[in-house]
Amino acid sequence: MKVALFVPCYVEQFYPEVGIATLELLEKYGVQVEYPLEQTCCGQPMANSGYQRFGDDASRVFMENFGDYEYVVAPSGSCTLHVKEHVLGESEVKVYELCEFLTDILKVEDVGVSFPFKVGIHASCHGLRGLRLAKSSEIVGDDFNKPRTLLEKVKDIQLVELQRKDECCGFGGTFAVSEEAISVRMGMDRLADHEDSGVEVITSADMSCLMHLQGLSKRNQHPVKIMHIAQILNGAKPS
Amino acid sequence: MAKTITHAEAAEAFLKDADRTQWHDETLWHVRTKRDTAAQKLPEWEQLRENASKVKEYVLSHLDELLVTFEKNAKANGIEVLWAKDAAEHNQHVYEILQKHSVQNIVKSKSILTEECGLNHFLEDKGFDVVDTDLGERIIQFNKQVPSHIVMPAIHLKKKEIGDIFHTHLGTQQGADDPNYLTEAARNHLREKFINANAAITGVNFGIVESGGFVVCTNEGNADMGTHLADVHIACMGIEKLIPRKADLGVYLRLLARSATGQSITNYSSHFHRPRSGKKMYLILVDNGRTEQLGREHFRNSLKCIRCGACMNTCPIYRRSSGFSYNATVPGPIGSILSPGMDLKKHSTLPFASTLCGSCSDVCPVKINIHEQLYQWRQVVTEAGHDSAAKKWAMKIGGKVMGSPSLYDFLGKSARSALKLTPKKLVYSRVNTWGKSRDLPEPPKESFKEWYRKNRKP
Repeated sequence: MKVALFVPCYVEQFYPEVGIATLELLEKYGVQVEYPLEQTCCGQPMANSGYQRFGDDASRVFMENFGDYEYVVAPSGSCTLHVKEHVLGESEVKVYELCEFLTDILKVEDVGVSFPFKVGIHASCHGLRGLRLAKSSEIVGDDFNKPRTLLEKVKDIQLVELQRKDECCGFGGTFAVSEEAISVRMGMDRLADHEDSGVEVITSADMSCLMHLQGLSKRNQHPVKIMHIAQILNGAKPS
Repeated sequence: MAKTITHAEAAEAFLKDADRTQWHDETLWHVRTKRDTAAQKLPEWEQLRENASKVKEYVLSHLDELLVTFEKNAKANGIEVLWAKDAAEHNQHVYEILQKHSVQNIVKSKSILTEECGLNHFLEDKGFDVVDTDLGERIIQFNKQVPSHIVMPAIHLKKKEIGDIFHTHLGTQQGADDPNYLTEAARNHLREKFINANAAITGVNFGIVESGGFVVCTNEGNADMGTHLADVHIACMGIEKLIPRKADLGVYLRLLARSATGQSITNYSSHFHRPRSGKKMYLILVDNGRTEQLGREHFRNSLKCIRCGACMNTCPIYRRSSGFSYNATVPGPIGSILSPGMDLKKHSTLPFASTLCGSCSDVCPVKINIHEQLYQWRQVVTEAGHDSAAKKWAMKIGGKVMGSPSLYDFLGKSARSALKLTPKKLVYSRVNTWGKSRDLPEPPKESFKEWYRKNRKP
């Protein structure tokens, strides 16, 4: 199976290790991964700020790079959601966030790695309520959680229950800057929930939420570590 | 004209009191968890939401015919029906009715519509004694405030603060904050107001087309107390409040209280069909921008709202900034998609007071796609030019960069190098809002693309 890897712009620039882990992970499961070199960004930063029209060029670049593939996989729920809702249009390209691709398409059963740490899952909102990677706490129905299902296959991991299992971290793209005070407060509240539960490593399917939480924990010299779920599934350890 | 305060500015001011913020957040989160418990008890919850949404869809698609039938049936019952195109006309109708019946003392049960129309101030300016009889509303009326929440209007006040307000206005003991004691004082105070009232004003939760009657939901029975004692009942109703049949009511009553407070039903669901003998009953049907909203393709679904307040209780921003930060009659997520339709410029920052987390849409009992409408309002706000020029240019440049792979590569590399070379003090200067309370990520030695070229691509 061949897939095109979409690495969100901020991951490409600031978190190459997350892109590498995603690539290696997919290769480990026998997928032929291609990374179109002319890719840039899905256009979400402009669109969510009210300037969808200024994201048109980014959308065009996205389609030029990915329009001919059957499958596109990205280590981000948020960017995947934006592409599906606002970029693809009539195109038949199938875009998947990494976790759902692993559980739904590759049907991964054995991950073959160990991670002997207490881990808290941060449910990124766009993955949760946009892509339905898990059942949100508001909805009544059968429980499911794709990122958690994958992490439960990791040996020696201790998944920790939170007080508020799917409250937003307050990142929200340009919201993090335009509503700085409340964004910071929301992030600090999330960190406290994880830390009160004894979490050593916070993980998520979205690096953008984690960038915000990491920025706060570093500034406040908290010991908690931050890792993308691809890194844990690919066998990395906290540094 | 004074500059309108932005949501971000109001939120920042509220957040300065960290303890109060935590208290406010936890108080409302508690209501959200009560809602969850109540909803989880109904396995058919999602089907109920779907039904409620579909019935309202029918109502919005047939509003013209349904309103005419409703009016006909209500009149046949002996209700006098009046129409108001806007707040001013609504208030004028109320005023003329009060004059006609020589009313001086008025008791009101909760009505967000009359808040929207500014009825209390209008009547007080004309010398009427207007008493809000919902306990929360009476508290904020004493305190000269507007509701900070549509279901729990005084939720922003702590017990002790309410004790102080009652001490000043009702003569309760100084420092007393026992809820039973304070409620007893309010009860005695309101009993007298009920007995002396000549007119009762209520809102309307549901207008039932087939019967020409309407339903008012309260937890305190104050609507009944008012309307049973006064000679004149004036019910004020937004034109979107219709449901076609009596049979539809069960769907909404089951959803409303569970969503609002976690109760299985509001304590009083009072049905009004006709005036008692010798009494008068008026129903004012108010548009005030609703027809316009109905005509907006992306936003018409907002009119499905049954005013349960669940989107406020769940909203992580509302909980940490309070209702007043929205500076609108209806605060929170639903208010942020309704208010821009009333005054786009004044409310232009509200669609941005969200991370688009989507919790509001998942909790909404009538399945309004609130977070998607926030996204759409953002587009409308910037196209109308109600946004900062700096942000517009930043977005325009951002769009250009992302539209050019070579420029993106070049600028990305430059930014990473600059970040590495620039002294920390300069990186975290005042213009870096991100960095006020957060560290930036460490710039890596190479980007993913650079790594890929070396390690995968020949």
